[in-house]
Amino acid sequence: MEAFKIKKVFTDDLGANNPVFAQILGICSTLAVTNVLKNTVVMCVGLIFVTGLSNFTISLMRRYIPSRIRMMVETLIIASYVIIVDIVLKAYMPDVSRQLGPYVGLIITNCIIMGRAEAFALSNPPGLSFLDGVASGLGYSYVLLIIAFLRELLGSGSIWGFTVLGDWWINWSIMIMAPGAFFMLAIFIWVVKGYNARKEEKGKK
Amino acid sequence: MNGQVAFYAIFFAAIFTNNILLTNYLGMCSFLAVSREVSTSAGLGTAVVFVMTATSVLNWLAYRYILVPLDLVYIRYIVFIVIIAAFVQLVEMVIERVSDKLYAALGIFLPLITVNCAILGVSLFMVIRNYTFVNSLFYGLGSGIGWALAIMAMAGIRQKMVRSRVPKGLAGAGITLIIAGIMALAFMGFSGMIKIT
Repeated sequence: MEAFKIKKVFTDDLGANNPVFAQILGICSTLAVTNVLKNTVVMCVGLIFVTGLSNFTISLMRRYIPSRIRMMVETLIIASYVIIVDIVLKAYMPDVSRQLGPYVGLIITNCIIMGRAEAFALSNPPGLSFLDGVASGLGYSYVLLIIAFLRELLGSGSIWGFTVLGDWWINWSIMIMAPGAFFMLAIFIWVVKGYNARKEEKGKK
Repeated sequence: MNGQVAFYAIFFAAIFTNNILLTNYLGMCSFLAVSREVSTSAGLGTAVVFVMTATSVLNWLAYRYILVPLDLVYIRYIVFIVIIAAFVQLVEMVIERVSDKLYAALGIFLPLITVNCAILGVSLFMVIRNYTFVNSLFYGLGSGIGWALAIMAMAGIRQKMVRSRVPKGLAGAGITLIIAGIMALAFMGFSGMIKIT
């Protein structure tokens, strides 16, 4: 039973219920940090840390939080974990921390975390909630990594800061700028939805 | 003003060249969810302009006169978010008492605003860029107006789009993001005008 639940949590959050392309949550940071792969990885690790632990904490306290002020309590718990991430980044990766700028702090208002806390942590035991947090963090991360990979490759001709595409490649500078992010995410959603729709049609026949 | 940009430059930059939505991608969630009709997005836009201006001023004061002297800068996230939430709650109660009409128009949007990342984002940018009081005020106001402008333009386009035939997989979020991308391209046309960092 337990194993079945855990598996369901993971498949839901990574696939059908993916926070980014199925629920369209947490788009802000999806777009903002994906111009360079390295920053994206740091952001993802931070996000997984925060979703996992805040889900765990909220679930532990779920019987004691008065329902009227639960949003405030959840926000405060999330904010505490974000502060930890922020301080750690400042201490060990000052460059990345500067480039990410306000977006680390903005993890607080990332709707994914709040959404999982509301929808899952308030009604499930701590262990499972932790896994759910990690799983939705992973679901968010792999979408970001794909988008970041393509944007850095097309926009700067490099991966992880190493030039891979050589001199013949002309950088699509639009990809690193704002419009590129919008287009890339739109195309990604299009591909995934189109694929799912086709699979459904086949299932009907 | 030791190397600070003039406030009107910040004001216009926040609306056009550094539009909080189209270049910093903040406030996307409500932007995608509420941009179906011009009238509702105008309501949300107004509420955002008001809350953003007020909270950026309040947060500036809290940062400068409470957090910096006490050396508590690292808990600024908590302080900012609490101030924003408390302010929104307060405004909601006041509006409910004072004017039914205004409450009907704006009331439903106010709770949404607490989780609007643009509001927190403006406060964080203002701290990172070391703005003075006046600059923060105009930065908040300008960003709010810029956000309202973007969401209303988007709602206008989407109302027209209802009749067009969009590829199935692209309908909904996909096409909205593409429109936002084209809008961002259009706004890049302003970028020669003013430069702030």
